Amino acid sequence: MRLRSKDLLGLEELSVEEIRSLLEAARRYRRAYAAGERLNSLRGRRVVNLFYEPSTRTRTSFEIAARSLGAEVVNINVAASSMVKGENLLDTVTTLESMGLACLVIRHSSAGVPHFLASRIRAAVVNAGDGWHEHPTQALLDLLTIQERKGRLHGLKVAIIGDILHSRVARSDLWGLSKVGAEVWLCGPPTLLPPALGQMGARITWRPEEALEGADVVIALRLQGERQVQGLLPSLREYRRLYRLTAERLSLAAPDAVLMHPGPVNRGVELSPELLEDPRSAIAEQVTNGVAVRMAVLSLLLGGE
Amino acid sequence: MNWLIKGGRVVDPAQGLDDVRDVLVRDGRIIKVGPNLKAAPDCKELEATGKVVAPGFIDMHVHLREPGQEDKETIESGLRAAARGGFTAVCCMPNTDPPLDNPALIAYVLQKSRELNLSRLYPIANITKGGRGEEISEMVELAEAGAVAFSDDGRPVPNSRVMRQAMEYARLVNRPIVSHCEDLELTRGGQMNEGPYSYRWGLRGMPAAAEEIMVARDLRLAALTGGRLHLAHLSSRGSVELLRLARREGIPVTAEVTPHHLLLTEETVKGYDTSAKVNPPLRGAEDTRALKQALAEGLLDAIASDHAPHTREEKEAEFEAAPFGISGLETVVPLVVTFLILPGIISWTRAVSLLSRQPAAILGLPGGSLTSGQAADITVIDPDLEMPVDPQQFQSRGKSTPFRGWRLRGWPLATMVGGNLVMYRGRILEP
Ligand SMILES: [Zn+2]
Repeated sequence: MRLRSKDLLGLEELSVEEIRSLLEAARRYRRAYAAGERLNSLRGRRVVNLFYEPSTRTRTSFEIAARSLGAEVVNINVAASSMVKGENLLDTVTTLESMGLACLVIRHSSAGVPHFLASRIRAAVVNAGDGWHEHPTQALLDLLTIQERKGRLHGLKVAIIGDILHSRVARSDLWGLSKVGAEVWLCGPPTLLPPALGQMGARITWRPEEALEGADVVIALRLQGERQVQGLLPSLREYRRLYRLTAERLSLAAPDAVLMHPGPVNRGVELSPELLEDPRSAIAEQVTNGVAVRMAVLSLLLGGE
Repeated sequence: MNWLIKGGRVVDPAQGLDDVRDVLVRDGRIIKVGPNLKAAPDCKELEATGKVVAPGFIDMHVHLREPGQEDKETIESGLRAAARGGFTAVCCMPNTDPPLDNPALIAYVLQKSRELNLSRLYPIANITKGGRGEEISEMVELAEAGAVAFSDDGRPVPNSRVMRQAMEYARLVNRPIVSHCEDLELTRGGQMNEGPYSYRWGLRGMPAAAEEIMVARDLRLAALTGGRLHLAHLSSRGSVELLRLARREGIPVTAEVTPHHLLLTEETVKGYDTSAKVNPPLRGAEDTRALKQALAEGLLDAIASDHAPHTREEKEAEFEAAPFGISGLETVVPLVVTFLILPGIISWTRAVSLLSRQPAAILGLPGGSLTSGQAADITVIDPDLEMPVDPQQFQSRGKSTPFRGWRLRGWPLATMVGGNLVMYRGRILEP
């Protein structure tokens, strides 16, 4: 099967069936990858990772996924390259397209950039994170991780805790999880969790205890240090006291709850360090699943299946 | 040129007139409005049966970009757009480069516009020197040079003391202060209305409260100083409520609204459409409802385009990089006809008041009625002409509009300025 759109811009646009197919394909790729199988379905196709924001983790994951399928990968890290400052984004991308590319994986600090490019080039566009908007492959890997651990997605209570306002992961997770029938709770201080977000179908609370009560899945979000400077939080100390996940807080969740974090973790800020070693933590699996999900996405978009 | 405009439905709120009449124009002035007038032999006829004949429309809020940003718009392209849009006069905002904060620049703009023989141009000068919001400008000299009002539009005057001084000082020339109401601290980095959609699409929001706080401040300053306040481009229900209270209190205030704030909601931004990126931002359905109701009640005084043209390259960008503003002059009239008059929200008489009589009154401009002796500034509309909005046909250099492709009815047929026909059937006529 293929996706209806030539692009993957967000989970808001995907149907439940598309999400299920992507997860199913990802499970297959995960097995094949673990078994060391070489796949060549995208041989000769060129995938460009165009990153306007540094993210070694996501970029590497896309790169491994594309190479594992036999594709040729070009990495362009704009922040680190000598590309002329202010060079027109569309010019850059149309130049790349004229050099031949099957898929553009784009990370940008500005929401909507993947949409803007997708409507102007013929190649597939994959959103690898746009501003505060969406990060669809991260959400898909979160879904895959939850499904592997819990055996299902439907009917689970998922608590997402932290800086919701600035989190593209939270938005994509919310779309993905609610589409497959999970109940999503968003939790953070009011300056990072405006109540209007509740209109996207989530339950909203400022009290982590309420979000955690009986939760099957707990997703802690990375707190961006810079936000604090903008005065949205009075202090990191107070934030830790109110929102950091500790063993004690986590004991409110279901005994077999899954603990996740999109990484990289600010040690001691979002989670107390001992939780990283906790058997409930699935943070390492998230990374593995990231490659599988990205293989599935590239494959379904580029017709490699 | 002498004209007999024959058989049109003449709508002139100043005379309480809405009936089939002829209009006789001689030496650039209106001689007579009456039934079955006879044309003198040197008189050209303009057949207007089935058309609406109104006093020339005045757009009291446009940006013409000259001097300094002629790639976006020039005085000439802007006035051609005005003529095509059915406007016999426009007021240009001073946020040019350099800004219109001194009499020489006011004179320059007026001089340029007069050479063109198109629609009339009435410049608005800066409230503060350089538009920086720090010190009030030389309003008396600016008014003597031809400024019809004062505004730092594009930005508010953030400092309340300076705004107070401006409202006090402007009383010397009895000109209004046109306020762009925005609390910049609340809108910093904002891209669209703050609400469910900004959160959904990950765009930094601009809350309606940012506008309302400044509306409230300026209304209190108008009450304090007795200066005339005109509120530009109101966009929110809360602003309308504040205006309603101020009217009850007898505060000297007038207000305008744009067609896009009346007709479009924040959902128009969907898909990161930069043609819906405006400031103030498009808001929610309850805001458009409140604005329409305020218009119907007579609470709002004028419809203005806030014509803010940009180059294609600037608007054809990722959402956060694109500038605010759309090209509005050439769609106001058919939008008003299609979505306000035809559905019965306002009458033709009220529409002509909003587009002509009241802008003239607010700014003390000639025109606004078809009484004899007035300069023959006349807008003729074909209420039955239906066609899609095609930005490629715009006379404006700005082609960005969220109304692209909309089928609208009631396009302007003719624009006459001082007895000269400057536009007919969408074509600009060279003098
Ligand atoms: Zn403005």
